[in-house]
Amino acid sequence: MGIVQGDQMILNIGPQHPSTHGVLRLEVRTDGEIVSEIKPHLGYLHRCFEKHSENVTYEQVIPFTDRCDYLASMNSNFGYVVAMEELMEIKVPERVDYIRIIMGELNRIASHLLALGVYGLDIGAFTPFLYMFRDRERILDMFELTCGARLLYNYMWVGGVSHDLPKDFEKICIGFLDYFEPQIKEYNNLLTYNKIFIERTADVGVIPADVAVSYGVTGPNLRGSGVKWDVRKDEPYSIYDRFEFDIPVGEGQFGTLGDCFDRYWVRMLEISQSVKILRQALKDIPDGNVHQALPKKIRPPKGSVYRRTESPRGDLGYYIVSDGTPVPYRVKMRSPAFTALSCLDEVSRGWMISDVIAILGSLDIVLGEIDR
Amino acid sequence: MATIIKSYEPTFWDKLYFPALLKGLMVTIKHFFRQKVTIQYPDERHIPPDGYRGLHRLNKYPDERIKCVACEMCAAACPSNCISIIPGPSPWDDGKERYPVRFDINLLRCIYCGFCEMACPEGAIELTEIYDFSNYSRDDLVIDKDGLLGVYELTKKQNYYTKKSHSPASLPFKTERT
Ligand code: SF4
Ligand code: SF4
Repeated sequence: MGIVQGDQMILNIGPQHPSTHGVLRLEVRTDGEIVSEIKPHLGYLHRCFEKHSENVTYEQVIPFTDRCDYLASMNSNFGYVVAMEELMEIKVPERVDYIRIIMGELNRIASHLLALGVYGLDIGAFTPFLYMFRDRERILDMFELTCGARLLYNYMWVGGVSHDLPKDFEKICIGFLDYFEPQIKEYNNLLTYNKIFIERTADVGVIPADVAVSYGVTGPNLRGSGVKWDVRKDEPYSIYDRFEFDIPVGEGQFGTLGDCFDRYWVRMLEISQSVKILRQALKDIPDGNVHQALPKKIRPPKGSVYRRTESPRGDLGYYIVSDGTPVPYRVKMRSPAFTALSCLDEVSRGWMISDVIAILGSLDIVLGEIDR
Repeated sequence: MATIIKSYEPTFWDKLYFPALLKGLMVTIKHFFRQKVTIQYPDERHIPPDGYRGLHRLNKYPDERIKCVACEMCAAACPSNCISIIPGPSPWDDGKERYPVRFDINLLRCIYCGFCEMACPEGAIELTEIYDFSNYSRDDLVIDKDGLLGVYELTKKQNYYTKKSHSPASLPFKTERT
């Protein structure tokens, strides 16, 4: 960090700090309480995902993709299998596509609920966190019913999904959505329109659109800055082009465009959009055999593929190189949380330490995915 | 240096913060009278549905013959290399030549992915609903054949958590501290 002058002080936040959202160490140079530089130190959760993938077969990579973005494992699976199917030119049955979208969107709601709840907690609102976890729990129960795991699903396989939906899944899911939609209003009453919350987040940590784009920030963080970019709409994968939904963008209704409040608010609106997609998908889901297109042996032809998908944190890409053997030659993962964290330094300069916590929380990073 | 703009101007009424507090309290007080959603963990336990991926078991035929034929398909499918099998000639006379002399699973390495269950041609290895099998030493968490067969006895009839007498002490491997 160079020379520390007169009034300056170097402060370590983390790695064991509740608001670093995982195991992250921030080396903060402060002048009084004003932050002048932040250096994030990564790698505490490094598990060699990419190197590890070069030593296991293609299907065995899937449980490890779960562990990258552990708050949205379904979406991590989704990206990998979509990329693999593109490489192997597999067409999956309609039902599989629908199931994947239902699971992906449910997981997006669960992940956003956690992001918003924990954000409230960072800022000092404890109750919304409990309420959001209560509702997230019901989503996890549905996943548990479907595939037997609550957090690390290993559900989507190349060419299909591991289990078909349980018997009355549609009913349970509709029941959950009917219960859940009024809850969104409650969250808004409790947290969103709370003046204390607005004062902590409005105008704080503004990411202008050009800065966001030049850092490669994606997902709700980019949309919070007013850029309308969503892979689900702009480069549709699976069958996202069949559904009707909007892409919410930040408007800066309480402060400046691209502040913490906008990022928070975009996530809240996205939850409603996911509910909308879910209702359409549950209505149209066809019957079929989900194991029909599973290949006997996964041995893709020589070549490579890059596929990006929209995870709750943004643009999640997989680059897979195959040399014709059952073991991948290279698997590269483009992590959306990593790029979001990279702009932290620029955005938080000049703010106070308490605001750094608010900014970091609003970026919604997952260290499992950053460190891989 | 990031540009710092201040455009949000709270009014005097907002700055009192008291109305905001009361509004929040109203929501929470309403919840005070609603049904509870928490469970009191060690006394009450979450009952996982069928197909939950927890502790493994090795299945047996009704005549006590172990279903496993030591083909090692599960060990090959396992992404974390936690299954080790030593095969031997089967002592039963039923056309299946091999059976596992030793069958160890390292529960600490296992990632509960369920691939072993899917790979097994005999339906011999299965994941059960047992999730609380923490232990005091690493060695005790390498579960052997007897342990796995014991888990089968424990879970074959009904869900482990709907039994009256479920407790870590009833698990078929050592769970006390030494
Ligand atoms: S559940 Fe997965 S990691 Fe565990 S033993 Fe089976 S295949 Fe191996
Ligand atoms: S458990 Fe199944 S897959 Fe594993 S060795 Fe026995 S028979 Fe083969």
